[in-house]
Amino acid sequence: MDRLEQEIKDTSKGMTTIVKTIVRFVMGIIVIFGAYVVLYGHVTPGGGFAGGVILASAYILLTLAFGKEMGLRKMSNRWASLLDNSGALAFVIVGLLGFGGGYFFYNFLGRGEPFHLFSAGSILLSNIAIGVKVTASVFAIFMTLSIFGRIIYKAAEGEEPESEE
Amino acid sequence: MQTYYPLFTAIPLAAAFLNLLLSKISMKVSDYIAFLVTGILAVMSVKMLFEAPFIYAVGNWRPPFGILLVSDGLSSLMLVVINVIGLLAVIFSFKYMATYTAKPKYFSLFMLMIAGMNGVVITGDMFNLYVFLEIASIASYALVGFGTGKKELEASFKYLILGGVASTAVLFGIAFLYSMTGTLNMPDLAQQLEVIGMTKTVGFVVALFIMGFGLKASAVPFHAWLPDAHPSAPAPISAMLSGVLIKALGIYTIMRIMFNIVGKNELISAIIMFLGALSMVIGGLLAIGQKDFKRMLAYSSISQMGYVLIAIGLALKPGAELVVATLALIGGLFHLVNHAVFKSLLFLASGAVEYRTGTRDLEKLGGLIKKMPVTGAATAIGSLSIAGIPPFNGFWSKLIIILALFRGGYWIYGTVGVVVGFITLIYFVMLQKEVLFGKLPESLSKVKEAPFTMVLPLVILAALCLAMGIGYMAIEGQLLDSAASALLDKMAYMNYLIGG
Amino acid sequence: MVLYFLSMVMLVMGLYCLIAKKNIVKKIIGIVIMEYSINLFLVLVGYRHGGIAPILMKGMQTEELVQKGVDPLPQALVLTSIVIGLGTLALMVALCLRMYEKFKTFDMSKINTLKG
Repeated sequence: MDRLEQEIKDTSKGMTTIVKTIVRFVMGIIVIFGAYVVLYGHVTPGGGFAGGVILASAYILLTLAFGKEMGLRKMSNRWASLLDNSGALAFVIVGLLGFGGGYFFYNFLGRGEPFHLFSAGSILLSNIAIGVKVTASVFAIFMTLSIFGRIIYKAAEGEEPESEE
Repeated sequence: MQTYYPLFTAIPLAAAFLNLLLSKISMKVSDYIAFLVTGILAVMSVKMLFEAPFIYAVGNWRPPFGILLVSDGLSSLMLVVINVIGLLAVIFSFKYMATYTAKPKYFSLFMLMIAGMNGVVITGDMFNLYVFLEIASIASYALVGFGTGKKELEASFKYLILGGVASTAVLFGIAFLYSMTGTLNMPDLAQQLEVIGMTKTVGFVVALFIMGFGLKASAVPFHAWLPDAHPSAPAPISAMLSGVLIKALGIYTIMRIMFNIVGKNELISAIIMFLGALSMVIGGLLAIGQKDFKRMLAYSSISQMGYVLIAIGLALKPGAELVVATLALIGGLFHLVNHAVFKSLLFLASGAVEYRTGTRDLEKLGGLIKKMPVTGAATAIGSLSIAGIPPFNGFWSKLIIILALFRGGYWIYGTVGVVVGFITLIYFVMLQKEVLFGKLPESLSKVKEAPFTMVLPLVILAALCLAMGIGYMAIEGQLLDSAASALLDKMAYMNYLIGG
Repeated sequence: MVLYFLSMVMLVMGLYCLIAKKNIVKKIIGIVIMEYSINLFLVLVGYRHGGIAPILMKGMQTEELVQKGVDPLPQALVLTSIVIGLGTLALMVALCLRMYEKFKTFDMSKINTLKG
């Protein structure tokens, strides 16, 4: 029995075995769909933000089903912050690279062939940068609020409200 | 410089994220990044003063389809104010923010705020303006609550709620404008509105904008957040908020939209003048009774912004002579720049006093001029300047505004301006008496002068107060003229669309 | 036309929620409702009866897109304003949690240390 199956059988953390098994199957599909929406954002509906939210929701689903340890193992706070900042930085750099063509955000790559992955020049690069940033930051917001909220609730339970100063 | 105009927002944005990445390796590095970035921006903005007006098409997309950046006299003036005060606030922060944790995050938020304000000032696109407005606002909400004490959190939440309502109003107005004209490009909007004329819908949009941007500028019926938010923020941020943010997000946007897009109008002029007079009187009266150093300064900000608003309102009057309108605008812009200088000086001084004594309560302070001579002298210069004592800069700008009001035939508003000048004098004399002179309390007998990085910005700002007062003609006459004429010449702004 | 009025009604509902409710969380919900009513309004501005998505698909003529496509700009604006709304919302919720930590209550009428 490998580690994942142990996790699935372990009912002390997260939700029931049924949920965990289904999440295990669905997870890959959601990630692939999210990546598709990010990568094909310039030729079909979607884009960096929409795809990033889908990717982040995959991680959030994992966290909800398996508990926060699993979520943190897949993407720790340090990694989330790193990806978040480098995504934003990459987006600004795509804009700055346009100065090579003389203008900020100039489309410095060729237009390519319509309806293909490598078309529309630098939009693909910006979409990937935004996708990475949104994935990391939405997941980080979720984790921070849920962990932080739990700490506060535990601290507040059973205590009298502070007297007014 | 023309090629690199967008760098005013790109550099601080990139630096904000780079700073967070690099600070994982070493905490020290964020100080240098912040100093370097704001230093480069300050130098660039001073260089911008010597450029002729131009437009910049982002990504080489032809306007009105692409995003347009506009540089003229007004935006150059605002860029200098934002970036120079920003540099001084960063220098002040080195020592001051050492008492807080998470200094890299502070500098990142600071740079996001600078990026937002620069963006608001350089853009020529309505929605872009909204986006940068939100970037600057969100960064400032977070910075107000940076201390995470009870008061800070409550002030930040209050500011956030009111700011959220203001942003909603602004977005609503933009949606109306778009549905009416089908364009978001500001010169293009100006042309379209010229054709449409002053319909009821345009009137509603103007009302929404006055509410939204007036809230950001804290004109009186919308001022409730300012006296809480400004004192709660760390001192350099108070200086940035009071000195720059309310001007870049509030006053500048009102000026740009009312003069260059909507055009002169009797009713708008009357409303803005009334709001200005109300802000002057109420802000001034409320400032008198305050016992908190920074709270008094915050109310005084409301009052001083009233002078700028009343000058804008006067210049917006369609029937006013060109001389009066120009005089009022020059006075208003001069007061805007002056207020940025002396109000940030006073807030930074309050920070230096708090850093050494640990209190902002006026009743617990006193006699500090003997213990902190340089800070004390700078505070004295700042408060004399804001109270309108002659050779300092505040005197001249108030004089010009009041003269313009009398020449325009507004005797009552002119008299109100004079009276509020006296009220300002009263509460700043009280402030000086409570903080600088009088008896030194026992508890403060061991106070030392503030550290060098805190004193340096104070000295520079105090020197600016004096220099701008004495050398008005030599230093800013030309700049203010070009800024005022950029506002008054709506035709020139509309011609930016065809690359003029 | 009815839809425009509905978005206005939603705006007023949000404003009511913001002003009348004392609970901080409800105030936040009020702000969010207001934001979304504006987003709805913006989308309606670009709406066109019987319109198609403003995306050029394979085998479609450009003229057909120009004739039938809805205005893509308001949709881009709405997306941007949703992103901004997400940022504001995250900040608001974080502040709300912090305030609960300090004051041990969500009731705004009990949190009044400041008198603006």
